[in-house]
Formats: sequence, C-alpha cells, structure tokens
Amino acid sequence: MLEKNDRVFNNLYGTKGVSFDVAKSLGDFSNLKEILGKGADYIINEIKNSQLKGRGGAGFPTGMKWSFINKKDPRPKYLVINGDEGEPGTCKDREIIRHEPYKIVEGAIISSYAIEAKACYIYIRGEFIQETRALQKAIDDAYANGLLGKNCLGMYDLDIYIHFGAGAYICGEETALLESLEGRKGFPRIKPPFPAVSGLYANPTVINNIETIAVVPTILRRGADWYKSMGVAEAAGTKLFCISGFVNNPCVVEEKLGIGFKELIDTHCGGVIGGWDNFLAVIPGGSSTPIIPAALCERLTMDFEGMKAVGSSLGTGAVIVFNKSVEILRAMKNIVAFYNHESCGQCTPCREGSAAAVKIMNSIINKEAQPKDVDLLERIMDDTFGTTICALNDATVFAVKGFLKHYKEDIKQSLQI
Amino acid sequence: MPKIVINGEENEVKDGLTIIQACDELGIQIPRFCYHDKLPSVGSCRMCMVEISGSRKLVPSCATTVAEGMEIQTETEAIHKARKMVLEMLLVNHPLDCPICDKGGECDLQDQTYRYGLDNSAINVVKRAVEQKDFGPLIDPYMTRCIHCTRCIRFATEIAGVQELGALGRGDHTEISMYISKALSSELSGNLAEVCPVGALTNSQYAFKARPWELISTETIDVMDAIGSNIKVDASTLAVLRIMPKINDEINESWIGDKSRYIVDALRIQRLDQPMVRINSRLSKSSWHEAFKVIADKLKSLNGSQVAALMGDFVDVETAFITKKLFNALKCDNLDCRGGINFDANDRGSYLFNTTITGIEEADSCLIVGSNPRFEAPVLNARLRKRYLKGGFEIAVIGDKYDGNYKYDYLGNNIAILNDILDGKHEWVKKLKSSKKPMIILGQGAFYGNDAAEVISLAKAVAVKYNMIQKDWNGYNVLNTSTGMLSALEAGFVSQDKKVDTNSIIEAMKARNIKFLWLNNVDNINFDSIPQDVFVVYQGHHGDKGAARADVVLSSNLWLEQNGTYVNIEGRFQRAYKAVPSVGESKESWKIIRKLAEYINVDLHVETFEDLRNQIAAANPNFNAEFSAASFNNNSAAVPSLAGEIKSVIENYYRTDIISKNSVKMAECTKLFMKK
Repeated sequence: MLEKNDRVFNNLYGTKGVSFDVAKSLGDFSNLKEILGKGADYIINEIKNSQLKGRGGAGFPTGMKWSFINKKDPRPKYLVINGDEGEPGTCKDREIIRHEPYKIVEGAIISSYAIEAKACYIYIRGEFIQETRALQKAIDDAYANGLLGKNCLGMYDLDIYIHFGAGAYICGEETALLESLEGRKGFPRIKPPFPAVSGLYANPTVINNIETIAVVPTILRRGADWYKSMGVAEAAGTKLFCISGFVNNPCVVEEKLGIGFKELIDTHCGGVIGGWDNFLAVIPGGSSTPIIPAALCERLTMDFEGMKAVGSSLGTGAVIVFNKSVEILRAMKNIVAFYNHESCGQCTPCREGSAAAVKIMNSIINKEAQPKDVDLLERIMDDTFGTTICALNDATVFAVKGFLKHYKEDIKQSLQI
Repeated sequence: MPKIVINGEENEVKDGLTIIQACDELGIQIPRFCYHDKLPSVGSCRMCMVEISGSRKLVPSCATTVAEGMEIQTETEAIHKARKMVLEMLLVNHPLDCPICDKGGECDLQDQTYRYGLDNSAINVVKRAVEQKDFGPLIDPYMTRCIHCTRCIRFATEIAGVQELGALGRGDHTEISMYISKALSSELSGNLAEVCPVGALTNSQYAFKARPWELISTETIDVMDAIGSNIKVDASTLAVLRIMPKINDEINESWIGDKSRYIVDALRIQRLDQPMVRINSRLSKSSWHEAFKVIADKLKSLNGSQVAALMGDFVDVETAFITKKLFNALKCDNLDCRGGINFDANDRGSYLFNTTITGIEEADSCLIVGSNPRFEAPVLNARLRKRYLKGGFEIAVIGDKYDGNYKYDYLGNNIAILNDILDGKHEWVKKLKSSKKPMIILGQGAFYGNDAAEVISLAKAVAVKYNMIQKDWNGYNVLNTSTGMLSALEAGFVSQDKKVDTNSIIEAMKARNIKFLWLNNVDNINFDSIPQDVFVVYQGHHGDKGAARADVVLSSNLWLEQNGTYVNIEGRFQRAYKAVPSVGESKESWKIIRKLAEYINVDLHVETFEDLRNQIAAANPNFNAEFSAASFNNNSAAVPSLAGEIKSVIENYYRTDIISKNSVKMAECTKLFMKK
C-alpha cells in the first residue's frame, strides 16, 4: 500500500479546499523556478529516468515523446493536454481537474518549457462544466501570480487555453482531438505524419493526458529515483485507479503500480459485494481492455506486465468489477453498442463492422441467433482488426475478443435449442 | 525521382506521388472508393490498402507517399482478404437494388465487388434506411445507397467552394446532407453525381433513361461557355441523353458547369427542323430548293455593299470561314461577329486568355475587371479557387461584387480605377508591385460603355507597367463568353474596313444603305431597329427572336450534330464531333452555304469538308498547329483616361443563350437561385 507521504495527489478529494494558497501549502510551485533553471534537457532526461509512461491508456513513455520534438524546427510548438476523459469506467482526470487543477497548470508550465511551447491547449470533455470552472480559476490564479503570460519568472512565455469538447468519445484520440481543436469534425488523422512532426495547425505538438502532466512537477521536485522506487520494474511510480462496479465503496485512489488486484479492492473498496465467492470477472483498465474472469485474478497485479500475462492490459486504470449478478452477454452488448455509437464513421470496417456486431449481439440476447453467429461475430472482429485509421475499432475487437475468449462456449450453449 | 519496387518490378516514379498515383501512372490497378485524383485524399474507405516493406499492417495507398527503395505489393493474399472484408462491410448496409439504380453498369461498388468481392455474406442483418433528402433540381439523392466515401463533401468544400454539404451524425448513423436543406448553391453542382462512386447522388435529368451499355458515347467539345470544356456525350441512337465531363487537365480537369451538363433537355425543344420562307407576312414551311431560290433571287438584285452578314453564338470556324468566303465573293465587306465589343482581329493577343487556364496556378496576384468568372466560366473560377487555396494569391475586383468562393479586395465599380492603378495612385498597387507573376482578367463588363480599343490599350499599359509581361509570363487576359465569336474571329469574319462593326451595320440598315442581312445564330441584337424592308436570312437551330424576324429561315445542325472546330478563350482550336443525327431536314451549317453558292453561281472551290479545312489551315496557321499561347503585342498608343460604370454581362448564369433559355432544368434553377 502506498505510504501517505509518497502520494503525488495529496488533495485528490478536495478535503483541504481548492485554492492557490492551499496548493502552495501542499508544495505546488514551491521550487518551480529552480526546476526550470536546470534546463529543458534536464527535465526531459529526468522524466525519461523516472520511466513515467503515458497515463491515457496507451502507456507510451512520456520523456521519449517529448524528445521527439525537434528544437531546431523554426515552427511554433504546442503542448496539448488531453482531458477528454470518456473511456467508460474512467474518472481519474475528473478528480484531478476538480481538486488538483494547480498541479495541471504547474505541469503544463514545466512541460511547455521542456518542449519550448509558447501555447498550451487543454481539451476538456464537454460534460465537465464544474471541473472546467475549477481549472479556469487555477489558470486565472496563475496569471495573477505571474506564472502565465509574457516573460514569467524571467524565463518563459506561456498561455494556456481551455477548449471544450462536444461529447464525442473519439475526440479523446489524439489526432481527432487536434481536428476538433482546429474546429473541424473529430475525425482521426492518418499517421504518419505523427503529431510530433505535424500536429496542431500542422506544427510540432506534444499531446499528453491530464494525469501524466499533473504528476510531472512532483517527479521533478522529489526526483526520478523516488518515483522509480515505487511500483515494479517495468511500471514505475503511482497511478490513479478508478474502481467501479460491484464493490462496496467505489472510489478513485492513488496506488503504486504493481499492487495486487485483490489487495486494491480489499483495502480501498471494502471488497466485492457479496464477498469474493460472489466475484465473477473484472475489466481492468476501461471498457476496451479484455475482461479477466475470476479464476485468473488470484495473483493478478495491477501493472503492464501483470496484465499482459493474463491477456489484458492496464489501460487507464479503470477497474470495473463484476459480481455474479452481472449477465455477461448484456455487459458485452453494452460495450459493443458503446463503440458502435462512438465510431466516427470514417473507416468502413469500423463503421459497418461495429454496427453489424451490435445487431448480432441483439439477436444473440433475444435468442434469435444460431451458435454459428457467435463465430461470425468473431470473424468480423478478426477481419477488421488493424485495418482502420485509429485504434477505436481495435478497442472494440479487444473487448469483444476478450469476452469471447472466456465465454464463447457459454454463449453458444445459451443458443442451443 | 525515387526508385520503387512494385510487385517485384523496379520502377522510377515522380517525386511526392502517393502509392496509388504511382500505380495509376504505371497502369497497375488498385481499387478505391474514397480516393479521387482531383480531391484531397482522406484514406477512409480502406479499399486501396497495399503492403509496403517495413510496415506490419497494410497501409492506405492513397495516403502514403512513395519513398526511395520502397517495396510495394498490391496483390497478396492479405490484401485480397482485406478487400473482401471491406466490400463485405460496405454491402452490409448497401441496398442491393442495382436493377432499379441508375448507376447500375457503371457503379464502382458493383464493378469492384464483381472483381474483388464475395458472392455471398453470412452477415444477414436489417439494412439501414435513410430519410430522403432534397438536393435541388439537378441532383436526385438516394442516400440509403451511400457508402460514406465523402467525395461529394470534399468536392463541395474544396472545388466548388460552398460549405453547405457535410456529414451529419456519427458512425453508421452518418448521413450526407445539406446542413440546411436546400439545393447546393454552386454552378458546378452537377459534378456531385459524377464523383459519387455509387448511385446515391444521381443526375436527375438522366434518371431511368438508359443503361450505360446501351449508350453511344462521343467525345467532343462544350460550347455553352467559351472555356472549351471537353465533354463526353452519351446518346441513344437519336437523342442526347446526358453530357459528362471528359478529363482534360489543361482546360476543365474533371469538371463542367451545370449549364453545360443540363441543357440536354433543350436540344430538341423549339428546334428549327426545316427551311421556312415568309409568305404574306407569315413564315411557312418550304423546301431547301425554294428557300435557296428566294435568297439567290434577292442577292442577285443587290450589289455587295447592300449586303451584310453577322455571326453569333455556337458558330464553328468552318462555317464562319465559308460564309466569309461566300460574301467576299459577292464583294461584300459588311461582316462582323463581335457583337458590339470591337476587338482587333489582327491582334490575337489582345482578346485571348494568354496566361492560359493552367497558367493561373502559377500566378500570385490577379486583378479582375468587369467580370464574374463564377457565371462567365465556372470551371475557370474553380481554377482560380484552386490557386487561391494554395495561398499567396491576391485577388482584386473592379466591377460588380460577386460571391466568388474566394476572398478578394473590392476596389470599386468604375473603369477609372484602372487609370488610378496605372498612375500608381491606388492602394492596391502595393500588392501588384510585390507580386512576381501578376495577371489581369478583363471581362465583358470592362468594355461596357467604352471603346474596346481604348480599354485594351489602358489594360495593356497596366500590364506592361506592373510586370505582367515577362519573358515567359503573359499576364494579360480577356475572358470572353462566346465560343462562336472567338471561332468566327479566328476565321477572320470581320470587315477589312475598321469602321464597320455590328452597330454601323445596323445604322446603315436604318439609312436604307443595307437591304439584306444574313444572321447565323444572332438573337441578341435590337431587331426593332431593323427596318421592315430589310431582307433577313436566319441560319440557326433554335427558334427565337432572330428566326421570328427572318424572311427566310435555314435550319442548320446543332454543334452536337455535326463535325466542327471551336476556339476557346485561350485561342485553342479543338475539334468537335457529331454525336447524334440531325433533326428533321436540317443540314450541316457549312453545307448550307456551299449549296447556296451554287444557286448564286459562285464557285467556292470547296468540294469536301477536307477541302474546307485545308483552305482554313492555309489562311490561319494556328488551325492545325499545336496550341501555343498568343504573343503580347504592345501597340504603344496613347493611353486614354476612361471613366464609367462597369456592368456584369451575365446576370443569370442559367439562361444566357437560345439553348439554355429553352431548358426546363435551367428554368427551375433560375427560379431557385436567381431570386432577387
């Protein structure tokens, strides 16, 4: 279990109040000038050393992402912070924006300094109204205290702008987010070119998750070695877990990576409703990560490698716990319907494949399908995998294939006359 | 020039091409839906996927640029599997209503499914239905057939420049629709049916008329504006059923204007289908023999100076040439084809579009005087927009304001502004001075109320002063609207006497000096000013004011019913070919003159059409030569000070000449778009 003084987010629940003074009293901005004074290269190296991986789901090493920006390029560079948190089950960014917005602002200042960006855009999910007010207040406070604007601390120029999304899950995909930010429909772009070369307004751009940016100042303040000392070899540091579903106390909690799954549920959530005997399965990292049935959860650890071992992934750390009152088929249909609804409609395989999958799922639930239709569903998933511009369709495939891996025979059984 | 290996064969291709473009050039087929070579690529249909070295996944060939040493496979098992998958997915929701679909037989989806797809699918779900949409009178939408390739959206936003068409909704609920339900307000909207790979957007005029394999196709030239767009005319044995663009990157790329496409319904309406002679103040049907005899008798009673001839729209070079020959043989010099704007026929460079249409793409500033290119030449306007979208293109307009689908600086509505620019007094001079390849376009409106020669010498002075004339750059342009006028000018159909023009001929008729007037498709002169005792012969194909005033009507063929040569704004000679047989008893227009010559005992030395063309080639070396832009002739006359309002000549794009005035579709468009 994470020690209290090892937490990055000390005010995650807002119990100490949310204001610039509170944030300062908790250590934010305490040695910002000193950190920046060590230079951009130091910052990037330190983040590389800390092995911080992107917290948005894909887990790409953050320091490496920053180092892709070519400093000799004369074009303006941008930092874009992705707050379009839409993955079902995920609500960690919401807590950070609500109660720790100053960490985001400080992280944005440091990250922008590291990549020499003079403007930073924070793209926020349209439903986050209260959260945006809190974040805007934090930005206003930073301007008032001379931390944003022209020639701040005599070291940098930076402006931060908040941009509202309009409720599309796909706008959380980094290139769709850029399209949306530029005022167009949120269609993912074809990569290459990658955003580091041609991103926002065709200029070099770094896109990071809110949580990634928010932990940056603390890592630099306390050192990469401190951060690395927590967690496990391949997955250093701490992570916010959002535990929902059939647990006694659903919550967002900061924990070390590599903590045992059962320990996580027992310590922070008061266990599964109905006890561990009533536990059915878990979706460990948001709706697109494959489901893990109870049998594989005994020694499950919450880190990238541990998840890989059972055929799933850590994703955003959104743990959705199912107990035996959940009907697997309906859960599966819900998830497929979500991806169908959120498909942008650009690529044929995703647009048509996910729609067909929903229709097949409905016929399975209504017992109108035949057992071979389950194979058909699997074939559609196999055929469409990896054929689209972005990874939304692949997420659908992961989720559906995860269900089919463990429950295919059960589903077929239910369709036998 | 990167070297790439495609299917094991090494090839050298141009820099910066995408894989699909390289394959197109090398003749290697790659199926596609969303990719169109004139539209920006989006890479979303996933049909054109290929394998490249160094990539585990298949890549969209329309969005991947070739690189040195790239190894490309276009026909592997994985690719075939992916193509089958895409087609299977597209057909999940595409209605299989090919028997009642207008696109059947020329449908990309049909063809590619036949070539690459499956003959059955296990996916058997209820298909999506889409509410019927309204796209106006020119396009019939059947949006359940839509496969969401977004070619139409990209065409409307990029080429036509109207932000009115888009994809509403998301995922499989996406519907292509006007943002506000109405017709697309563009003169290029007919091309939507062209770019649609399936039967979702169809040509409303051609609906349920024929199947493509029944059609007889002829590649010819459009004469509805003076661009000389290349077209493909599809006809049944008797009638034209539709007109489509033919790709010519030097002129119209892949597009034509709506007027060029939709006048099909007017081709057989109000036609003059046999000769007529006025007896007792009524026109009555006659035989060709009778009609020729009446004309010959009249001509024999007059001397050459009492005779005059005018040429109008749709006249081809051959007809103009042989008509001139006939009247010259009668010692008549009262000839004109210019309809009031007196261009100097000996100075080609003064009335042609010398920059050339492709040249627009090199220009970096453009001064438009008295023209609305959107109405006068919509395809040329699309080229201006194309250049504008690349950036670094300054446009200024003197004349009436118009919505040009690009931003321009409006300088005012007086020709005097051109004088100010010449004197360096105008603000816009700064932009002209800073540009490397500036151009000026004089529309018909620029000549309104002023002498053409004076306007031209003023414009030429501006061109010379502001660096528009360089060693390999000629930025002086006139945008004409009538192919007939340009063709007749090239045939030399003007008087040797510079004082003789259309107006002077009319004055001479009022003074009873001219008693015989020959009109070829001239309907826009003031017929009230022609005294009743002037004998008028009208040669043409559509009945309008000219035929109504005529004493003898000679029914000639439409341009689609005969071979001919037409000259476009650049001075480019293009051959047009017969696509359909003639109507009733009407004859090829040059043959009418040839026959008439026999009745008045004139030997024109023309036995065949080849004879005629050889004689034209002898008189005008450009006739058979490869196209090259006309040279600039700086006749350093004194530059006049001009003043006067500029007026656009075309107020209604859809009704400009006797053919479009008879079109029902054009009337519907007028009602819809031309509300004041």
